[in-house]
Amino acid sequence: MKKLPAVDVVLVGFGWTGAIMAQELTEAGLQVLAIERGDWRDTPTHFPTTTAPDELRWYWRKEMFQNNSRETLTFRNNRGQTALPMRRWGSFLPGEGVGGGGVHWNGQTWRFLPSDFVAASHNTERYGSLPEGMTVQDYGVTYDELEPHFDRFEKLCGIGGKAGNLGGTIVAGGNPFEGPRSAEYPNPPMHMTFSQNQFARSARELGLNPFPGPSANMSRAYTNPLGVQLAPCSYCGFCEKYGCGNYSKASAQTTILPVLMRKPNFTLKVQNEVLSIQKDSTGRRATGVIHVDIDGNEYEQPADLVILCAYQLSNTRLMMLSGIGEIYNPATGEGLVGKNYCYQVMTSAQVFYDDKYTNGFVGAGALGMCVDEYNGDNFDHSGLGFIGGGYLANWTTNARPIETHRTPEGTPNWGSAWKKAVADNFLKSTSVGAHGASMAYATNALDLDPTYKDVYGRPLMRMTYDFTPNDRAMAAFMTERVTAIAKGMGGREIKIEDRSGPYDSMPYQTTHNTGGTIMGTTPANSVVNRYLQSWDVPNLFVMGAGVFPQNAGYNPTGTVAALAYWAADAIRTQYLRAPGPLVQS
Amino acid sequence: MRSLIVLAGVLTIWAQPGAAQQNSHAQVERGRYITATANCQSCHTEAGGEAFAGGRAMETPFGTIHTPNITFDEATGIGRWSKDDFHRALHHGRSRDGSRLYPAFPYPHFTKMPRADVDAVYDYLASRPRVSKERKEHELPFPLSWRRMVGIWNMMFFEPGEFRADPARSPEWNRGAYLVEGPGHCAGCHTEKNLAGADNKDRHLMGGQLENWAAPNIRGGRNGGLEHWSAAEIVAFLKTGRNAHTGALTRMGEVVNVSTEEMTEADLGAIATYLKSLDSEARAPSSRPSEAVLKAGRAIYFDNCSACHVSTGVGVPHVFARLAGSNKLNDPDPTTVIRIILEGARAVPTAARPSPLSMPAFGWKLTDDQIASVASYVRASWGNNGAPVTAAQVEDVRSALTARR
Repeated sequence: MKKLPAVDVVLVGFGWTGAIMAQELTEAGLQVLAIERGDWRDTPTHFPTTTAPDELRWYWRKEMFQNNSRETLTFRNNRGQTALPMRRWGSFLPGEGVGGGGVHWNGQTWRFLPSDFVAASHNTERYGSLPEGMTVQDYGVTYDELEPHFDRFEKLCGIGGKAGNLGGTIVAGGNPFEGPRSAEYPNPPMHMTFSQNQFARSARELGLNPFPGPSANMSRAYTNPLGVQLAPCSYCGFCEKYGCGNYSKASAQTTILPVLMRKPNFTLKVQNEVLSIQKDSTGRRATGVIHVDIDGNEYEQPADLVILCAYQLSNTRLMMLSGIGEIYNPATGEGLVGKNYCYQVMTSAQVFYDDKYTNGFVGAGALGMCVDEYNGDNFDHSGLGFIGGGYLANWTTNARPIETHRTPEGTPNWGSAWKKAVADNFLKSTSVGAHGASMAYATNALDLDPTYKDVYGRPLMRMTYDFTPNDRAMAAFMTERVTAIAKGMGGREIKIEDRSGPYDSMPYQTTHNTGGTIMGTTPANSVVNRYLQSWDVPNLFVMGAGVFPQNAGYNPTGTVAALAYWAADAIRTQYLRAPGPLVQS
Repeated sequence: MRSLIVLAGVLTIWAQPGAAQQNSHAQVERGRYITATANCQSCHTEAGGEAFAGGRAMETPFGTIHTPNITFDEATGIGRWSKDDFHRALHHGRSRDGSRLYPAFPYPHFTKMPRADVDAVYDYLASRPRVSKERKEHELPFPLSWRRMVGIWNMMFFEPGEFRADPARSPEWNRGAYLVEGPGHCAGCHTEKNLAGADNKDRHLMGGQLENWAAPNIRGGRNGGLEHWSAAEIVAFLKTGRNAHTGALTRMGEVVNVSTEEMTEADLGAIATYLKSLDSEARAPSSRPSEAVLKAGRAIYFDNCSACHVSTGVGVPHVFARLAGSNKLNDPDPTTVIRIILEGARAVPTAARPSPLSMPAFGWKLTDDQIASVASYVRASWGNNGAPVTAAQVEDVRSALTARR
C-alpha cells in the first residue's frame, strides 16, 4: 500500500458539509484534501438543461444516486426479522459524487426550533418523564449558539423566505414560531401559485398563520457572499431527485465550488473510497485514512485532522468499520455508534378540483406555503400521547409525468379507468402534507449486517427501523390537521394518505435519515460532543444528520449546514490553537 | 522550409545575453502590468502548458503558426536576446537573427509602444522561470513559408512608429487609443482582414473572423456594436468578464483572464472612452425570415432557450446573456451564434465573478434546420436586425468544428 504525503485535513465525502468544511478550513490556511467516492459533477457537464429533466434516467434508473450494486444496506422492521439488502433504492435516495445529496435535494431550508435542540429537558420539564423506550436527548448545542451559522448558510444559498421573528419581534407574514433571527432572509419568497393561495386561505380560516416555505430555489438572481452567482428559478419542477441545469438551486456547485476549486491549498480526489480511519497505537488519535481507487489500488493518506462529511449512513458505517466507539446493542443498551437512528413521519391528503387548474408542472422543490402551529412544542401536547410534531405545507414540487399522477379515492391502480382518472386530474390536483418529527427509541438502530458484504468484502450496514408509538400517535394527530386544511381548499374531494402499518422501505418518503453518530453532553450519551468532535478520537469530527439525537419536524439540511459552520468555527478558533478535546469529559 | 530562410537585416553587434540582468521589483511589476496589457501570455501559452513557453497553434487563413517560447531559456526561448533585439522584434517585426517575423505576431500594433515600456516587458519576462520547450515548425504553404514575403507585406501594410497622441483629445482618450491600437491590439481579432491578412483599414474594429468565431464590432459610438453599452458597462465587461448584456466566452474570455482583468479601472475606463468615441456605419435593415421559419424558431426557442434567456429575450442581467439588442446576434456574420448553439458556451470565471456559468451544447439535439430556424428567430426578434441563417451555414460551421476535432 502506497503511503501518500500528509495533509493538514482530510475530508471523507464531498457534498454540502465537505464543501463547507473545505471552504472554511482552506480560509484558515490549511492544506485540505477531500476524498469522494463518486464522480466529479458540474452543472454544464453533468446536468445541463438539455438532460437535467430526464425522469427515466435520473430517478427511475437511479443514475443520480449512490451505486447500490457496490454497496447498499440491509433492512428489517425489528430484531425478530432477518434483514435483507435494499437492492433498489426506495424510501430514501442517498447521493453519490461531488455535491452529494445536495445536488438532488428540493431546497426546503429550515432552522429547527429552539426547543428541538433541548427536546429531552424541555419536554420532561413540561410534560413529565419521557415514555418507556424513548431515547430522546438534548443536542448539547442551543439554537442561539447556532443562529449566526444558520444565517451564514442562508446567505450562502440565497434562501428565499419571510422572517417571522426578527430579533424577538414577531413579523407578520413569516413563521411566528421560529427562533429569533438576526436578519431577514437574503431573498424574497418564491412566487406562489393557485394551490398555495388555496392552502393559505384555508389555513387562515382555521386561525393558523401561513407563511412561505424557505426556499433554496432562487426567487431572483443572487450573488452570494463568496461572489458566486445563482440564477432565477424557472419553476420547471425538476429539483428533488435531479440536478438543476439553470443554476437556480443552491448546491455545493452553485455556491462554493467555483471559489474553492481555484484555491491552491485545496485538492479534490474523486472515484476514491475511504475504507477506514487509521488510528495510532493509543487508539486516541486518528493518523489518517485508507482509501482505494477504482482500480483497486489502496493508499494510506496521513492527516492531522480527519473529518467525516459523507452521508449519515456512510459516516456511521465508517465509524463502525474503523472500530471507533462501540456499536450500539439494543438488547443491552451498551454502545453508542448506530444508536438513535431516526427518520421522518410523513402524512398527506390530496385535493382534487373540478374546474380549477393547479398546473402542478409549474413547480419548484421549495415552492410552498406552510403552517407551523403543530410543530415541535408550538402547541400543548398534554394528554396527546406524543411529543414533537411537524409543519404542514402545500408544496408544488412537480408534476413529473412518470412519477406524479394523483387519482381520487376508488380509482383502480391500472387500466383505462386509471388512465382516464390520471388525465382528468393531472392539471387539477394538489396535496397537503405533514412533515413530522421522528423521536428516538431504543428499538430503532443501525449496526453491521452479519451476512451481507459490499464490493470490498466489508459488512453492509443493517437498519432496524419501524414507526414508534410516538410516531403513530403524532401521525394520527397530524393527519387530522392536514385533512382540515385540505377540506378548506375548495376542491371537489380529498383523499387521505395516512401513515398506517409498518414502515415500508420501498415507497419514496424522504431522504432524511438521522442518528447513528449522535451528539450530546457527555461521552456516556453521545458519539460526538457539542462541536461534533469525537469523544474517543479528538482529531476526528463527524458532520451530517447522523449527529441529530432525534429528528425534528423539518427538513434537515439547514441544521446540518449550521452545525458544519459551527464545528468549522470551533476548529478555527479553538482546536487549531490547542489541538485536543474541546469539551472535557 | 527553414533552409529557405534568407537572413536579412544586420546582426546587432551589441547583442548580449540579457537574462543575467537583475531588475528592481518595481520595474518587474511595471513589466508585468504592461505584459498584461499586451496579452502576450494568451498566444504564447499552449493549453495546459507553462506560461509564455509558447507552442500554441494559431490557425490563420494561410496556415498554422506555432507560437514561440518567450521565456528566457537560452536554447529554446529568448534567453540570448538583448533588449535591443527584443525592441526590434516588437517595433520592426524582426527576429534576433534579423529574419522577418510573421505578422500573426502583432508588431504592427506593438510598434506603437514606447521603448521604456518594451524594456519593462523584457525585464518582466527575464524575471520569470525559464522553460525549455522547442517550437514546432509553422505549417505554411510556399511561398508563404518564405519569410522574405513578409518584407513585401510590410512595405504594403506596415507603418512602424510609436503612438502619437492627438493633442485635440483628452489624456484619457489618448491613453485609451494607445492601449486599444498599441499593446491591446484589439484589431487583431475585431477588424476584418484583406486577402493578404492585413487589417482592412476602412473596417477598423467593425468586426472580424478568426478560428470559426465572428469577433463583433466593438466601436461604441453611433451605429457601433457597443453603442448600447455605457462606458461603465465596457469597463465591467473587461474587468469582471460580465456585464448586464453578456459575458466573455472563449477567445475574449482568455483576453479577460490574462489581460483586461489585470488592468486598472483607470486604463479600462480610458479604453471605454476611446471605443465610445468611434462611430460606425449605419446598417441596412436585414431581410426577414419567412413566417414558417419564425414559427418553427419560436417553438424551438420556447422549448430550449427561454428558461434562461427569458421568453422576451431579455436574459438575466449578469447571469444569462440578453439576446434583445445583442451585439453577437446582430452581427452580419452569424458564425458565433451558430457556433454557440452547436457547442454551448462558458462565461469565463474571474476573480470578481467566479461562477463559470455555461450554456449547454445543442449540436447533438437540434438538426441544422432547427438551429437555422432558432438562430433566424432570435436574430429577427425583439428589435434585432440580423439576416436569416440557412441550414447550409449551420452545416458549414458544424463540419468546420468537426474537422477541428
